[in-house]
Amino acid sequence: MFESLKRLYHKFGSPKYFYDITGRMLPWLVALSVLLLIPGLIYGLGFAPPEKYQGNSYRVIYIHVPAASIAMSGYMLMAVAGVVVLVWRMKMAEMVAKSVAPIGASFAFICLVTGSIWGKPTWGTWWVWDARLTSMLILLFLYLGVMALNAAIENAQSAARATAVLSIVGAVNLPIIKYSVEWWNTLHQPASIRMTSSAIDPEMLYTLLSCIAGFYCLFAVLVILSTRCEILLREQRSSWVKKLVGV
Amino acid sequence: MADPLVSQPVQAEEVPSMWSGMLAVMKRDLLIAFRQRSDMVNPLFFFIMVIALFPLGIGPEPSTLQKIGPGVIWIAALLSTLLSVDSLFRQDFDDGSLELALLSPQPLFVLAFGKVIAHWLVTAIPLILVAPILSIMLFMDGDTVKVTLYSLLLGTPVLSMISAIGAALTVGLRKGGVLVAVIALPLYIPVLIFGTSAVEAASMTLPYAGQLAYLAAFLIMALTFAPFAIGAALRISVTSQ
Amino acid sequence: MEFETFADFIAMGKHGPYVWSAYGITLVVVIANILAPVIRRKGLVEEIKRKAKREQLES
Repeated sequence: MFESLKRLYHKFGSPKYFYDITGRMLPWLVALSVLLLIPGLIYGLGFAPPEKYQGNSYRVIYIHVPAASIAMSGYMLMAVAGVVVLVWRMKMAEMVAKSVAPIGASFAFICLVTGSIWGKPTWGTWWVWDARLTSMLILLFLYLGVMALNAAIENAQSAARATAVLSIVGAVNLPIIKYSVEWWNTLHQPASIRMTSSAIDPEMLYTLLSCIAGFYCLFAVLVILSTRCEILLREQRSSWVKKLVGV
Repeated sequence: MADPLVSQPVQAEEVPSMWSGMLAVMKRDLLIAFRQRSDMVNPLFFFIMVIALFPLGIGPEPSTLQKIGPGVIWIAALLSTLLSVDSLFRQDFDDGSLELALLSPQPLFVLAFGKVIAHWLVTAIPLILVAPILSIMLFMDGDTVKVTLYSLLLGTPVLSMISAIGAALTVGLRKGGVLVAVIALPLYIPVLIFGTSAVEAASMTLPYAGQLAYLAAFLIMALTFAPFAIGAALRISVTSQ
Repeated sequence: MEFETFADFIAMGKHGPYVWSAYGITLVVVIANILAPVIRRKGLVEEIKRKAKREQLES
């Protein structure tokens, strides 16, 4: 078991293998994400019952919650890839970490925008310094810091290693930040309307789960697409890329 | 007489201990700072000026100033730390002493730790000493001034440690300044939250020991983990030359 | 179906603009994230081809 896992890890460390296998996985992942997302979103928009207090505005939840979850796990993925970069110096991990950053940042952005749009009919204002929105904003800042550092260093390898350090530091800090923001929030505004206060309807829950799974597949597709570009860029001198391009 | 053809066992030179290495780095940095005082004084001036700008921008009503006082002092402290940290490794990087530090028998993180402590002593201590005067100018009263002092004493080392990570990551780059801010500012947030709320609690005569305890916990965490991150970041920045 | 008519579906009780703008912005961001690597890939492939051609001419 362990041996085969180790072999798989080494295989995925080779850019050529990664490129080939993700090329074969991609259609399946696209199909899976379409199959989960389209029915989930249509059901969520048109068929799921309206929420008791918020009426139809709650339907934003079907993109807001998946986006929040992906933004968080994207950062964690980046940090894990960072550990692999620093400890085992794996080239593939460098490319994955670099590709995840802008995609995770876009999901954090989606989460913030949808949250603020949802807040307008629910709270009456576009923005509330609610604990979860605030920590998502900070997560977006952390992503921006990582991206800025990556863009500032020219050498690809040292850029990857520097951002690996930063993303690990950020990942260690993230729980502390989240906890402090929650604490700060209870201090300053005792009772705000919770977005998901009422017990969630099973119909809503299954729709939401389907959307979350679908968005995760979409995230995987986006990361793979972007990583494959990175592979072409970094491996352009190798013979297999030249053959692939048809030179 | 030793036979020159037979290699003699090399007398192992006495390697200075980690502790003495750190102290030597600290001593050297303190000496440099006292020789060129501008690095030491400028962050202090900046701190005072930023705080003096707030009443000018917002208005001199004591009640308003009292309310925003803790936040103003903390944000000014945060910005002046950020401003001063850019010079932390830059000079050593330019003249090559960082490369030597990399080769020295002491681990890099120990030397980096010494540098950060020296930096904190030079830039943050004057700021902490001035803070009570400024907080009186912002109409805070007795206990609040004391708590401002305590919270800054516990919080600024954490800020120095965090911004040192940013400075170490960007030391090889030409435009480091703004980048350090973008990297380090989000990581400052827990310290900012607990620092200001300790001062606020004191101003409302509420118990503030809990917030100070959190700051102390952050300090211990930063002292434990940050040196490793700083060391790793310096190694990457120097070797990627 | 929760809604009686298609117009009701678009109106979403009074919350139509909010819900649809949230979904629209998400769609735009996702499509941008899909298009970016596709366009980048095209540029990369062309660049690799051009470099190879230049090397051939030089040798």
